[in-house]
Amino acid sequence: MTGVRVLVGTRKGAFVLTADGTRERWAVSGPHFAGWEIYHVTGSPADPDRLYASQSSGWFGQIVQRSDDGGATWEPVGNEFAYAGVPGTHQWYDGTPHPWEFARVWHLEPSATDPDTVLAGVEDAALFRSTDGGAGWQELPGLREHGTGSSWQPGAGGMCLHTIVVDPRDPARMHVAISAAGVFRTEDGGGTWEAVNRGLRSEGIPDADAEVGHCVHHLAMHPDRPDTLYMQKHWDVMRSDDGGGLWYDIGEGLPSDFGFPIEVHAHEPDTVYVVPITSDSLHYPPEGRLRVFRSRTGGNEWEPLAKGLPQEHCYVNVLRDAMAVDSLDTCGVYFGTTGGQVYASRDAGDTWAPIVQNLPPVLSVQVQTLS
Amino acid sequence: MSGVRVKLPAHLRKLARVDGEVRLDVPAPVTQRSLLDALEACHPVLRGTIRDHGTQRRRAYVRFFACEQDLSHEEPDAPLPDEVAAGTEPFLVVGAMAGG
Repeated sequence: MTGVRVLVGTRKGAFVLTADGTRERWAVSGPHFAGWEIYHVTGSPADPDRLYASQSSGWFGQIVQRSDDGGATWEPVGNEFAYAGVPGTHQWYDGTPHPWEFARVWHLEPSATDPDTVLAGVEDAALFRSTDGGAGWQELPGLREHGTGSSWQPGAGGMCLHTIVVDPRDPARMHVAISAAGVFRTEDGGGTWEAVNRGLRSEGIPDADAEVGHCVHHLAMHPDRPDTLYMQKHWDVMRSDDGGGLWYDIGEGLPSDFGFPIEVHAHEPDTVYVVPITSDSLHYPPEGRLRVFRSRTGGNEWEPLAKGLPQEHCYVNVLRDAMAVDSLDTCGVYFGTTGGQVYASRDAGDTWAPIVQNLPPVLSVQVQTLS
Repeated sequence: MSGVRVKLPAHLRKLARVDGEVRLDVPAPVTQRSLLDALEACHPVLRGTIRDHGTQRRRAYVRFFACEQDLSHEEPDAPLPDEVAAGTEPFLVVGAMAGG
């Protein structure tokens, strides 16, 4: 019997939603860590009962929690994230130098093969790794020591490393995305990095085609085609077919090419989902209609998916890590909103229904397909 | 040794899985540093939540009160009031008031 476990991080706690393979009825557990911001909850592909959660508070800092029983019980593990060496400075919002300061973990990326190995993307932007189930964290300093680090500048939400995409053919090959620096690629497990932002254009920075400084919101990759990457950027939906060597715009046909999440169908590498919002200042859907847009051709041709979603007076947002797919057949698609709804589609996006409502604002949604 | 009483904010009580006040044996002289060292030794999960891991400085939105005094800006090695050391008054760890 297959099942699905949806892991939801919210502004005030974590929730675990479970259903069998029909995905018709959902059980809700939580809030776990009530009152704390849960930026990300995710599971180990190597051991689905091993979960990691990033729990943080403006008062009391960062806690990493781990579950070894699928979210029934949790234990805090290591929360010390010390930058390697002398961290130096990056740019602050006003352009002045600002010391690198750890704030929180935005994204946890467990290894595909080892439940004890997990990467953490943090604010201020850096990449950390634990090889002991989250007890200890070591920075991979080559990223921050990339020659452009001192020019990185925070986006509105902070200077965060929010996306980690690991090549399934070779875990030493990774892409990460940082707001507002851009995309960086390593071929050697994080020792050395190169900026891979050619083709991106960002108005509002001194050089629109600069090597770094682009506000990338999210990346997505299909495991069967790892050289193709999709990007939702602060304006523009982009695609690369050579692992980030060159990006090109695939946003034609969307009502707005501003948004945060982007995901790929579990079985169709050319089927891509985005949730357009009006603009960078109007973080809500165009015309107050919540619609997911799907391209079945890898971009440029987009169809609105609205059946079951609110089509009037809807002013929620969907954040960068708040969309995910399961790998059942037919593929399920899930997203959470800042209004506290988690919507699911059991038919690849054709129809939608809320599986839980009235949660705190949703920060992240991950899906585990269980067998 | 003394029975020092510490009141934690609700979030930290839950994190440390304690109800009510924490009672600690703290070697004299009882200071912020020795009290927090003892607290963290009993409850390692609190490391980094009250003081920064690296600098050991009080986190920005955490305050320390006792005996109706604000001790937040006292030196870490300054003796705490006798009443705190004797356990007749609690040492309060307080999250600064803010919305959210």
